Amino acid sequence: MSNAVVRKTLVSLAIAGAVTTAQADVVIGVAGPHTGAYAAFGAQLWNGASAAAKAINDAGGINGEMIKLIKADDACEPKQAVSVANRLVDSDEAVAVVGHFCSSSSIPASNIYEEAGVLQVTPASTAPGLTDRGLPNVFRVCGRDDQQGDVAATYIVDVLGAKKVAVIHDKDTYGKGLADAMKSSLNAYGVKEVLYEGLTRGEKDFNALVTKIRSVDADVVYFGGLHSEAGPLVRQMREQGLTAKFMSGDGITSYEFVSVAGSPKYVDGVLMTFGADPTSYAEGKAVVKEFRDSGIEPEGYVMYSYAAMQVVAEALQNTDLDPVKASDWLHANKVETVMGTKAFDEKGDLLVSDYVMYEWDKNGTYNMLGM
Amino acid sequence: MDIILQQLVNGLSLGSVYGLIAIGYTMVYGIIGMINFAHGDVYMVSAYITAVAIALLSFFGIESFPVIIFGTLIFTIFVTGVYGWVIERIAYRPLRGSSRLSILISAIGMSLILQNYVQLSQGAKQQGVPTLLSGAIRFDIGDGFVQITYMKLFILFASFIGMAALTYIIQKTKLGRMCRATQQDPKMASILGINTDKIISTVFVIGATMAALAGVLVTLDYGGFDFYVGFIIGIKAFTAAVLGGIGSLPGAMLGGIILGLSEALFAGLVSSDYKDVFSFSLLVVILIFRPSGLLGKPEVEKV
Repeated sequence: MSNAVVRKTLVSLAIAGAVTTAQADVVIGVAGPHTGAYAAFGAQLWNGASAAAKAINDAGGINGEMIKLIKADDACEPKQAVSVANRLVDSDEAVAVVGHFCSSSSIPASNIYEEAGVLQVTPASTAPGLTDRGLPNVFRVCGRDDQQGDVAATYIVDVLGAKKVAVIHDKDTYGKGLADAMKSSLNAYGVKEVLYEGLTRGEKDFNALVTKIRSVDADVVYFGGLHSEAGPLVRQMREQGLTAKFMSGDGITSYEFVSVAGSPKYVDGVLMTFGADPTSYAEGKAVVKEFRDSGIEPEGYVMYSYAAMQVVAEALQNTDLDPVKASDWLHANKVETVMGTKAFDEKGDLLVSDYVMYEWDKNGTYNMLGM
Repeated sequence: MDIILQQLVNGLSLGSVYGLIAIGYTMVYGIIGMINFAHGDVYMVSAYITAVAIALLSFFGIESFPVIIFGTLIFTIFVTGVYGWVIERIAYRPLRGSSRLSILISAIGMSLILQNYVQLSQGAKQQGVPTLLSGAIRFDIGDGFVQITYMKLFILFASFIGMAALTYIIQKTKLGRMCRATQQDPKMASILGINTDKIISTVFVIGATMAALAGVLVTLDYGGFDFYVGFIIGIKAFTAAVLGGIGSLPGAMLGGIILGLSEALFAGLVSSDYKDVFSFSLLVVILIFRPSGLLGKPEVEKV
């Protein structure tokens, strides 16, 4: 996504804001890594949420009040997430937040939103710990890592028939959580991993780890983490002549995975678990077309963020803009979104999760696999 | 056996890159006694310049590998050298003679400026360069094999040439003599007719060119980079410089190789989770027994 598009969106939002300043605005934060190594995901969140907000405002806003979005940058740093959450709550007086992206940011921030009675709907944080703590105000429109890990483990055992699985993670809440979830499912199916190791986020040289993977003769390498580490890891595996299958989760769902690996040939054959194609829902066809017409590919979490914003708006609409009541409302009611009807359980997780397996191809795109 | 050999190759290529960057830290420390925290970011800038150079060369339809690699090296080393010179000029020279602390803070500020300037001008996203040199040599040993990519060989070769050329300049040329004189006693050197300001600038440029060499090699090898890549590798290279004895040129190279090897061997044989813990513990142990690093000279208080 180009900067020009962000700027245009910002400008149009600024104009929309200027026109409607006479009315009270509904302030909603869009929190995620808008800068830093994971900024691609922040851009996905922003594109989805701002398009949804624009559509809602064009249709008359929430009970006649316009949505005003605030971009809150956590850079995927837990400390920064806490400070932007405080800022959103205190000085911006947000009633709801779409975000954060990284689970390690969503979890500490959720406590602040809970204290302030702010509704939080994350489009992307999949760590079980986010909703397992029983906070009433936290929801997600994506699945959970234990569901995702189980889909991965089932595929490894049933489809690939692998016996030697190396499990690698990035020592972060999301990456390690996903890797652990996959590992425990794998162990439950009677396969013991041959290697379990962590790498350091931000490094680029994983050759030593790759050689170690080679020494245990793994058939499948499962990586819990994000694309900025997955790219060099898979490239260095191929460069050292390791042909094992590479599998990861929804953390690599960005076309930047290809550029950080250096070439589409390195991502060819990489497997990835992700929700069933978010652009395939009949309800979202018009929105997908709008995105493509305006030059934005609705990849990764764009549609999820759109849906998250719709969930927030629908809940606020039905509870007269009271975020605390909106949380109760969401636990009891269904919401129509661009990704189909979403309903939440008492923890704030989706009642139905829809993880499936994708495969990257030699052109650097990913396609859903029939299982 | 094959695994150990492969780990040695991994460690050597990583270590030679650390060594190249460590040279920038060690030379600047040697001559003006400051830690140039912006050095890692100079390396990061060189990664972007590498991508620009490759794009320019392919725009002009040049496709042969030797031409691209040498064109990229010359372009990147030149532009990064200019960066090194300008940084010294605007951030450090005005503070010459003031306390070490203010220069240190100026360096940290420069580091932040470079990161944010690149982030704003180039975008926060991950960038990539195409693979120029693919393929590898494979040695079969018993049941296993050692595979070394041509790019890794090129890294070892180019860093060896870079370090040898630099050693020659410092040990054998007039410029090197002036550098060493300024390092030993700046006041005396300037009384004897050496333009010490110019020598200090030159040292910054040399440090930046070595970082640029590393930047080109690493960018071509790993393919991807972003505005934040200078941070971790900068810290590692600084560690290497301290390990080898900050201020000592062979020390920086030795420190880089030791750090690279220890990381690779520990990650490979024990655990990659704790490789940084091991490297830094090694640093602590070495500094306990040799407080000025492996090849560093103990600081003599001049009376």
